[in-house]
Amino acid sequence: MHNAILKMLENNSRIDLHDLAVMMGTDEAVIVEEIEKMEKDGVICGYPTLINWDKTTEEKVSAMIEVRVTPQRGQGFERLAERITNYPEVKAVYLMSGGYDFLVSLEGKTLKEVSMFVTSKLSTLDAVAGTATHFVLKKYKDHGIILIDKPQSSRMKVTL
Amino acid sequence: MRNPLADKVVGIKPSGIRKFFDVVSEMPDAISLGVGEPDFDTPWHVREEGIYSLERGRTFYTSNAGLMELRTAISRYLYKKLDLHYDPKTEIVVTVGGSEGIDLALRAMLNPGDEVILPEPAYVSYAPCVTLAGGNTVTINLQEKNRFKLTAEELLDAITDRTKILILSYPNNPTGAIMTREDLEPIARIIQEKDIFVISDEIYSELTYGKNHVSIASLPGMQERTVVINGFSKAFAMTGWRLGYAAGPELIMEQMIKIHQFAIMAAPTTSQYAGVEALANGEDDVQEMRTSYNQRRRFVLDQFKQMGLQCFEPEGAFYMFPSISEFGMSSDEFATRFLEEEKVAVVPGTAFGECGEGFLRVSYAYSLEELKEALGRMAEFVRRLRAKKQAGDANRG
Ligand SMILES: Cc1ncc(COP(=O)(O)O)c(C=O)c1O
Repeated sequence: MHNAILKMLENNSRIDLHDLAVMMGTDEAVIVEEIEKMEKDGVICGYPTLINWDKTTEEKVSAMIEVRVTPQRGQGFERLAERITNYPEVKAVYLMSGGYDFLVSLEGKTLKEVSMFVTSKLSTLDAVAGTATHFVLKKYKDHGIILIDKPQSSRMKVTL
Repeated sequence: MRNPLADKVVGIKPSGIRKFFDVVSEMPDAISLGVGEPDFDTPWHVREEGIYSLERGRTFYTSNAGLMELRTAISRYLYKKLDLHYDPKTEIVVTVGGSEGIDLALRAMLNPGDEVILPEPAYVSYAPCVTLAGGNTVTINLQEKNRFKLTAEELLDAITDRTKILILSYPNNPTGAIMTREDLEPIARIIQEKDIFVISDEIYSELTYGKNHVSIASLPGMQERTVVINGFSKAFAMTGWRLGYAAGPELIMEQMIKIHQFAIMAAPTTSQYAGVEALANGEDDVQEMRTSYNQRRRFVLDQFKQMGLQCFEPEGAFYMFPSISEFGMSSDEFATRFLEEEKVAVVPGTAFGECGEGFLRVSYAYSLEELKEALGRMAEFVRRLRAKKQAGDANRG
């Protein structure tokens, strides 16, 4: 039940809860209760909106930054990760396997702003041994949703 | 000039629904609940396999009966899903959709004047194919009170000395009805007693909600007198690939493959490679689509309930078959006015046989948003009709 609800919400967090209940063959009250429980347990962490900023007048630049870390004695990665999450311009922080340690997703108004953040804030953190910044040129798909224009469906109106 | 046409073909009346189709196609802003195919794109890994087969230069005919690899996969699939045992070498033919399988089976089995029992409402291609194969169709009017299942009495009443084939089509288009093992058992007994054959169109076998599909061919004594029709169109959202198959006893399949060899040669090669991938790795996709259809089925059923439209609960395919008899107009009239006044296309029940009068076929192979919009307009339309009827009744009273 939980997973079925999550699947529906992941696709559309604004779905009418009555409709959701009908589609799952249960009562709205049950759905509401389950969702509240998952919010409380931190299973559902938020309901942000996926925006294609390229289609707005707002200037935005995003970048992916690889961060290599010299782990501090007795602290592992957690302390540093926590520090990085505190910056509001940081949209995501992942601990990675492979050639570097953290992947940090950043958003800023301009290239300069993002570069400044990396050089003056991120690289200067004690444990950070090095960074590599990759600017995003175009987003084709994000959070499972295709952002580029898709061809119209060629399905006919009526078939038997 | 002589008449270039064959009387048999000219005699087949064009589906009455054609007129309605023409109106719909001239209304670009009309929305629709009238489509008989999935709204999903074919799963990407399946499409990719088709593309890959082209890249590798798989652009030649396959063997007439289809790629051995595909027939083997079909054989395994039919065993796993439906407990059917078919030898891929001699008992399976890969066809251009289930459509071709229906045609092949009828042509391979019918002699002039043989009767084919067709329970209606039914998919539109059976009766014309019977005619083209030289047979005569005997229809049974299925009853909503029986949940559009075929009953033993109905079947017995329809059987004559000339009866050769029963066409069984469950899960059903247009009603969404299914038949369970218990429902099929008495039918199977009669089939054997009366020495009749069955063409069982199971194209929607993957789309049942609650109870798994049971093939009549899996009942004792039935495999030797059944041709099973199935395919990729509905299960894997592959309508445009034109890929299906038929499975049956070698005696019949041999003749079906002969017709297929001369009339078609082989099913499209690209599609066959995609079909292998669909059967090998498509199970999760099917499950996901089934879940999604089921959710929408519940949604539409609930909407009808709120409208006060009577509709039995379908357990298969992706159609609803609500009754509109309360409005005192024909299905055709209802559908035409609904289209004109609300710009929503649904299919009149009569497109599937005379006994479809008083019903509509509503497809729920649409997104939730599309369903909401279309059913919202339907609620409005129904409300208006009822208000008018009430006013009329009051005037008369
Ligand atoms: C009951 C039934 N049988 C067969 C078919 C034909 O399917 P295919 O695309 O496999 O030819 C359809 C298509 O709508 C159908 O509804």
